[in-house]
Amino acid sequence: MARPEGELPAAGQGTDLSGFDEMHHAGACRAPYAMIRDWLEDLPPDLLRRKHEEAELLFRRVGVTFAVYAEGGNPERTIPFDIIPRVLDADEWMFLERGLRQRVRALNAFLVDIYQGREILRAGRIPEALILMNAGFRPEMQDFMPVHGAYTHIAGIDIVRLGPREFCVLEDNCRVPSGASYMLENREATMRLFPGLLGRHRVASVSHYPEDLLDTLRSVAPPHCPGEPTVALLTPGAFNSAYYEHSFLADEMGVEIVEGADLFIEDNIVFMRTTEGPRRIDVLYRRVDDDFLDPLTFRPDSTLGVPGLFGAYRAGNVALANAVGAGIADDKSVYPYVPEMIRFYLGEAPLLANVPTFDCGRAEDLAYVLAHLDALVVKEARGSGGYGMLIGPQASRAERDVFAARLRACPGDYIAQPTLALSTCPTYVESGIAPRHVDLRPFVLVGKEIRIVPGGLTRVALREGSLVVNSSQGGGTKDTWVLDA
Amino acid sequence: MRLRVRHETSYHYDAPVMAMSQLLRLAPRSHDGQRVLSWQVRAVPGRPLPFFIDGFGNIVHCHAINHPHRAVTILVAGEVETAAMDGVVRGTAEPLPPPFFLRETKLTAAGPAIVDFARGIGGDASALTVLHALMRAVGERVAYRPGTTDAATAAAEALTRGAGVCQDHAHIFIAAARARGIPARYVGGYLWTGMAPEHDQASHAWAEAFVPDLGWVGFDPSNGVCPTEAYIRTSVGLDYLAAAPARGIRRGDAAETLAVTVAVTPGDQ
Repeated sequence: MARPEGELPAAGQGTDLSGFDEMHHAGACRAPYAMIRDWLEDLPPDLLRRKHEEAELLFRRVGVTFAVYAEGGNPERTIPFDIIPRVLDADEWMFLERGLRQRVRALNAFLVDIYQGREILRAGRIPEALILMNAGFRPEMQDFMPVHGAYTHIAGIDIVRLGPREFCVLEDNCRVPSGASYMLENREATMRLFPGLLGRHRVASVSHYPEDLLDTLRSVAPPHCPGEPTVALLTPGAFNSAYYEHSFLADEMGVEIVEGADLFIEDNIVFMRTTEGPRRIDVLYRRVDDDFLDPLTFRPDSTLGVPGLFGAYRAGNVALANAVGAGIADDKSVYPYVPEMIRFYLGEAPLLANVPTFDCGRAEDLAYVLAHLDALVVKEARGSGGYGMLIGPQASRAERDVFAARLRACPGDYIAQPTLALSTCPTYVESGIAPRHVDLRPFVLVGKEIRIVPGGLTRVALREGSLVVNSSQGGGTKDTWVLDA
Repeated sequence: MRLRVRHETSYHYDAPVMAMSQLLRLAPRSHDGQRVLSWQVRAVPGRPLPFFIDGFGNIVHCHAINHPHRAVTILVAGEVETAAMDGVVRGTAEPLPPPFFLRETKLTAAGPAIVDFARGIGGDASALTVLHALMRAVGERVAYRPGTTDAATAAAEALTRGAGVCQDHAHIFIAAARARGIPARYVGGYLWTGMAPEHDQASHAWAEAFVPDLGWVGFDPSNGVCPTEAYIRTSVGLDYLAAAPARGIRRGDAAETLAVTVAVTPGDQ
């Protein structure tokens, strides 16, 4: 079988990793940033620092926190908010939006196919074993058809920018992507810190996200659900790192936030215990991973889920968003085949590029990766959150040796990509304003139709030169502006 | 032949249980060599239970009690017309393709002991010959001795112990077949042993392996035979956990007394 996406990339040793500067290009300020430039120039020198401190206070008071497990210290800390917005113009966003719609349509088509006839495997476009032997492929979902063919109802697609017109998808998040609450809080913060700033520019609103999310969830209710569908948000509980987001979104949508113990199954129907007696649930926006959803079907030791929930789901008595089994579409070893999915299911050329990827499970790829560890980024095929990854050019010899040993032991668990020079945006740092690397996570909502709130969550690596934007790795976030045409 | 099944499971608790929930894979589907004439799975007292079809094509009944109770009984009763197929399984739904059944699970992880055991069997002979030899070898190597293992015992451990029950035999057979590159799966069901109904009988488990040109073929290492017309298939899966006849959970601190009676008898001709 041919390599999924063209030739092996020539990993750039000694590559310039400074990245495309989204504000200053070719010695001039780019048009979308003109007003940011004017605004920054007009600000009294002291004001930015005061606003920065005010922002920190604001987020702490509102209680926007994100628990980080891998580090010591206070696990309930706020994600740093950078006060200088990131700006995309209307053309850039239109292009991104088209690409996102296309990609997510293909991902859902893939999921529907992979749990039914598996045409894409029969056609030889994806190696059969890559899917069938993958823990992300859930046999429990075989022959299940979710309403509107939506498996990933909320998809977070991580995009990096490499040049004026170059956008790449770094990874797809099809299971339980988080971050939408930060997108909303960040906009709120800009409005509070700089009243009038947004009003002077024509920036697309993001505040309708909760409404769109609720519409999306209602649109996938089981067909025979009686009356207006009842939606609830299922959380693992207050100790989950994203609990703030769970309660925020439930609140904004005006739906109940529940834990497993608040639900029960009777006659294969899901009910919520309320003070007025049991209430039927039609759609569960679940922020609990597949493994923990139902101890009778998945991990028997899970106490977070609802015993019997999967039976009610398969019987078509409740909708789960996202659907069970969506993880096979965002597995990093499947990622290289997403452009092929777009061609296969939609008959279209992919609008958004993939990053060339080495599959360390293939002998020739492994050999190449081991020989070029100092130039590549190595990631766990099933990891997330930026844990367990190696950035070759920025790693020490010893760190690379440790990774080489891991790669040799379990090559199939790893993929590698060239180290990408992520674009940069002006960011407030101690020394003043300096470029820092960013990515973008737009949230694509899929129900009866596809909706995308303009922009998404911009994550920024606050340390100079750092290419890791994950909040679990000390990254921050920015308000993301999409300018109206 | 016509086989009649009556399978009653009673749970008694020494203190009230607040709630319980169960999935039951105890209902056969019709295919070549197995025609279901009548079948019911119900709680006593209670209505017939709701069900769904799982990813493996099994009928799964859902049972939940959401109020305090001290006892519950599940009754499975039905009649099936079977025919001898020499173990060959045909006419089943087969939602998942054979290569999927090469996937390892915790209960069927190969490990060095299983790989070593599998390597020595049947040499370079055809898959069918290897599987027959494997079936005999499992029966010889692992004595049938209830009480040595439990539902969570993995194949490798049972092999090392050299003793177990039909579930362990099936797991070892499956793990070894997969180690040889042959897709294999767990099967749960009933078996007419020819004994009188008052005799102790139990539900049974065996394995199926995918043989080119033949398709899925059953192997019962516990009895050293391919399933005959005395066998009724009720569930398949990657391992016991996926094909479990009953998987349940309950809330409440109580000790359980379990009483199971299984009667498989030749029905009226």
